[in-house]
Amino acid sequence: MTAAPKHAPKMAQMTIAQRLSPYAPVILVVLLMLFGLVAIPSTSSWLTLTVSGLAMGMMIFIMASGLTLVFGLMDVINFGHGAFVSVGAFVGVSFLLLLENMTGASSLALNLTAMMVAIFGAMAATGLMGWAFEKVIVKPVYGHHLKQILVTMGGLIVVEQLIIVLWGPEEIYITRPEALKGAITFFGAAIEKYRLVAVGIGLVVFLAMRWVLQRTKVGLIVRAGVENGEMVEALGYRLRLVFVGVFIAGSALAGLGGVLWGLYQEVITAHMGNQSMILIFIVVIIGGLGSVEGCFIGALLVGLLQNYVAFLEPKVALISNIGLMVAILMWRPQGMIPVVKAK
Amino acid sequence: MSDNILSLEGVRTNIAQYHILQGVDLNVPRGAVTMLLGRNGVGKTTTLRTIIGHWRAHEGRILFNGEDITKLPTPAIARLGVGFVPEDMGIFADLSVEENMILAAVSGPIDSARLEWLFSVFPALKTFWKSDAGTLSGGQKQMLSIARAMIEERKLYLIDEPTKGLAPAIISTMARALRELKEQGASILLVEQNFAVAKALGDTANVMDDGRLVWDGDMKTLATDADLQERLMGLSMETH
Repeated sequence: MTAAPKHAPKMAQMTIAQRLSPYAPVILVVLLMLFGLVAIPSTSSWLTLTVSGLAMGMMIFIMASGLTLVFGLMDVINFGHGAFVSVGAFVGVSFLLLLENMTGASSLALNLTAMMVAIFGAMAATGLMGWAFEKVIVKPVYGHHLKQILVTMGGLIVVEQLIIVLWGPEEIYITRPEALKGAITFFGAAIEKYRLVAVGIGLVVFLAMRWVLQRTKVGLIVRAGVENGEMVEALGYRLRLVFVGVFIAGSALAGLGGVLWGLYQEVITAHMGNQSMILIFIVVIIGGLGSVEGCFIGALLVGLLQNYVAFLEPKVALISNIGLMVAILMWRPQGMIPVVKAK
Repeated sequence: MSDNILSLEGVRTNIAQYHILQGVDLNVPRGAVTMLLGRNGVGKTTTLRTIIGHWRAHEGRILFNGEDITKLPTPAIARLGVGFVPEDMGIFADLSVEENMILAAVSGPIDSARLEWLFSVFPALKTFWKSDAGTLSGGQKQMLSIARAMIEERKLYLIDEPTKGLAPAIISTMARALRELKEQGASILLVEQNFAVAKALGDTANVMDDGRLVWDGDMKTLATDADLQERLMGLSMETH
């Protein structure tokens, strides 16, 4: 009998493309910004548009991050997510109107206090509403996607009508707190203060979500639950409680996004959440279902592209994000950083 | 308290229109390795999944340590001290080996002495501690799946075909791990198709057919009686 050949497997050398593949979505954001720098004739205009795009992206991310987690963990397609955006905006703006003497004062501390009250009030209201929404509307239709779409859209319509009953059918105009009005000049570019604040809040939310998901046991349970909920339960964790917690957190984040979006637009309507759902779904889909990082990068791409294209070719801006979604899905059919694999 | 840590009394489980378990009566003695044997599709996996609560028993009772757990939710059953290793291993592929183990340590931080013991049984886990579980080989994933159930002391381990599709060297590692667990006095209900492993580890054996238990007794009796094996399972262990 001859001796068995010596087992010395050769490891294939990874190509540069394979090594860069995990970072490709981030590289895409940088490439898009470089494209903007080349295509936009003035650097100051590019800087203004870039900050504006980042701010818009951050706000979309805040609104969409809850939806992607809810979809990833609970396998729930929540078309009613926009209701939390609208309610958040209305509750937040109501607080700001109540605290008009604080928002109109020249003191930064008073302005920020009013903003914090509005944000926490909106998040508490939408978190509570999320708890009720999950219990009454979503819980009976777990595992039935078609029913989920129908019933959550119905929930959205009911909430919109309730907003009209409570706040009236007219749109409400709102002015930002004094300290957040106006712009600062940076390298010749006028950058709105409010947009910088939105970028800051978006970054804080993203880093906080990443920290919770990556560094805490609750985050581990959520990540594992996205992958195999049955096994998480077999280890002894009550996934149902985690479901509810994630739904409440996702709803509260949508409420925060609603306040920021309302102040960004300086006008709020009962339908603003519904209208933002197209952008939110685009971001969730291109980011990869269940992925917070993908959602973040997707939101930045959407925000930047919308601003650059609106400046360069306003008519094309309407379809730019749909085009972006088509291109990304052709490149990565499951989204940029998929967590939940298509079944 | 009875000498049985687990008892199934007339358990029936339906999945959609199929009647999979048709009145299973099964006892798992405390501190012993109980083999659950039978041909493919006779209801072994369904029995384990019904015990852990993934599928509900439509009739009958499941008693764990004398407590009726038939209607308890899965997390409550697990927290009573039941460890489960499913047939598909149930590994969290996007989590690292370390994170898989941290998650399995339900009652608190990982006990370092127990972890060192697991590293001595499964050295590959130490090597790939920081790697994503999805990048492990099939055998390494199975090691992780078993180690995850063993990271905390459980009263009962439900293990579904741990050696399925593995190379002989890895099967030896698995058998050694289960033997060490048995020596610690653990109660194990083990579904196993590899008869050499079953013969080496099993104290008692239960043979299923068509959703029912058709034989129970001493593993040695079954291992040495080729006619009985042929009659119960349509094959002889001697051929394996």
